[in-house]
Amino acid sequence: MLSHGSGGSMMHNLIKDLFFNYFNNPLLNLANDSAIFPSFKGLTAFTTDSFVVDPIFFPGGDIGKLAVCGTINDLVAVGAQPYCLSAGFIIEEGFPLNDLETIVSSMATEAAKAGIFIVTGDTKVVEKGKCDKLFINTSGIGVLPGDKTRQPNPESIGAGDQIIITGCIGDHGMAVMAARNHLEGTINIQSDCAPLNLLLHGITENPGGIKCMRDPTRGGVASSLCELVKDKEFGITIHEDRIPVKPAVKGFCDMLGFDPLYVANEGKMLIFANKEKSEDIVARLKSHPLGREACCIGEVNRENHGKVVMKTAIGGTRVVGMLSGDQLPRIC
Amino acid sequence: MYPFEQYHSKALCQALVDQIHLMADRPLRFMEVCGGHTMAVRKYGIPSLLPDSIMLLSGPGCPVCVTSSLFIDQAIHLAAYDRMTICTFGDLLRVQGTNGSLEKAKTEGKDIRVVLSGLDALEIARQQPEKKIVLLGIGFETTAPTTAATILTARKEKISNFFVLSAHKLMPPAMEAIISEGIPINGYICPGHVTTITGIAMYKKIVENFGIGCVVSGFEPLDLLQTILMLVRQVKANQPKVEIQYSRAVKPEGNPKAMAIIEEVFETVDEWWRGLGILKASGLKPRDSFQDFDASEVFSLPVYEISEPEACICGDILKGLKKPQDCMLYGKNCTPDNPVGACMVSSEGSCQTHYNYAGIN
Ligand code: SF4
Repeated sequence: MLSHGSGGSMMHNLIKDLFFNYFNNPLLNLANDSAIFPSFKGLTAFTTDSFVVDPIFFPGGDIGKLAVCGTINDLVAVGAQPYCLSAGFIIEEGFPLNDLETIVSSMATEAAKAGIFIVTGDTKVVEKGKCDKLFINTSGIGVLPGDKTRQPNPESIGAGDQIIITGCIGDHGMAVMAARNHLEGTINIQSDCAPLNLLLHGITENPGGIKCMRDPTRGGVASSLCELVKDKEFGITIHEDRIPVKPAVKGFCDMLGFDPLYVANEGKMLIFANKEKSEDIVARLKSHPLGREACCIGEVNRENHGKVVMKTAIGGTRVVGMLSGDQLPRIC
Repeated sequence: MYPFEQYHSKALCQALVDQIHLMADRPLRFMEVCGGHTMAVRKYGIPSLLPDSIMLLSGPGCPVCVTSSLFIDQAIHLAAYDRMTICTFGDLLRVQGTNGSLEKAKTEGKDIRVVLSGLDALEIARQQPEKKIVLLGIGFETTAPTTAATILTARKEKISNFFVLSAHKLMPPAMEAIISEGIPINGYICPGHVTTITGIAMYKKIVENFGIGCVVSGFEPLDLLQTILMLVRQVKANQPKVEIQYSRAVKPEGNPKAMAIIEEVFETVDEWWRGLGILKASGLKPRDSFQDFDASEVFSLPVYEISEPEACICGDILKGLKKPQDCMLYGKNCTPDNPVGACMVSSEGSCQTHYNYAGIN
């Protein structure tokens, strides 16, 4: 158990043992106040995100895995190759050390899988009640290969572009909801949390044709699309019957009165692509285990400016609105 | 397979839509009086499938929407008592009283907790005998039996720190009031869940006195379309009657056990509905023999004047006279994140469903 304010020696040992042990890499091991690495050619992407998911362990992952994948995916969404991460921990006094170890180890596993380093970090233990168990912040740096003109650029979206989702939606949010309601045993839903550079690596060059990517986390696919289309000269139509949702996710959503379209994903990407290239992109995605259910769910059009419209499975039409209120607080 | 898949068949839905188009030869207005229907109709895009001549109206079927500011004010008043815990369903938190909402009272430090059922509130009472626990009872015939059963359990276990502030309401008086006010409708899409409890006898009066058909509907797209077709047929044949479309769940006699529990614990009182005002014998209050559990008897509650947010036209919307877009606040000052009126608070409220599924315009 971690105690607050014990300062010096205990904290030092903690960092040394746990973090150096698991995150072990040449840049971290120098143990400087800052990590130092050469600058890159071309463009650099830089992002940050904080993770406060409750509960910290859920089917298919934990807060550590989420913190690594979430920031990697933010880099991937702008077309960058993730290079390194920082990790900041805010830990509530009394948090079990072996839980921390499990989480640090799963961060290390994800980082290794994704081929990136965690190069710098920080830990603060706060008094009981000042934070809920454990919060993690990660920042990430990525490299954008080539020049700007070859990067995804939302400004280039236009009528006819296809909208691709890389797999089933709503898994992460509903897995966390299941854990929160102690239904992990009854409801078989796993979080989709995964580093998407594995799936999307190189896809911007080959087959190319990607105009924009969005990581549909909090607020789900619906919110990502609504944000993107807001105040634009184009509209979006999506087709309910093409949107892949696992039956267990759909059933659990029905039970709780949620719409999977608004439920968070942590291992999916929305891709806006040139019509000619879209089939190739889907085929390439499908050839990877993380993209088996990839498909095209809609298109950009000149009608309904600034709006997302859904063709419902029974053939009706309706608007897809922005997520209202906080459907699912503390989901990531 | 997803359990409701068979009720989502595009081909079957289309067949019903075709028939509706063939039969609908005059302007028709059908009203649903159940929040679940309001939401389902919009979510599946059903209005877009119907001929222009058929209009679907949302009546007073969302319990949060019809709750008065008086009820909220009284709940906030109670929250100020010493060692008091107020238990409420989440949606009610954001409904505005005269001076703010329960949510505001909660941020000011009042002990207001969100529960999923009355039994959760009773459990809090068991565990914290030193506190007084008041459950805010809202909802129609669907939720009233649970509140009644909770009161019965509290009595059986001699729990003396559990109370109910009841704003439970009965659906039929509101359905009659809407027609009595002269609001033109040609048929009621009757609430599936309410009717599983009440049975269909209560709709007979509406058919006999007002000549308006009542079809009890399920919640899936095929259910709703079939219900609409049944209503169109009734109008065309000039034979208004009570029919059950949702026969897989609704029995004509309803659930006599649940009705008996309501009857045992509650008596009817005159009750205020947003848009409709005070309707005779439309509310439920614990009987004298259950006075000890009735927060309105145990605690002295001031009677506040009922106030409505300025410019909010929820009342007219709940009667089917106006649409959310007719409100000048809609989508601007009043959004689901920042609701002004009660109809924007609940996900089943007319304004919020319209906002979520039909957009700003
Ligand atoms: S939009 Fe808001 S203010 Fe206007 S009627 Fe609806 S709830 Fe009332």
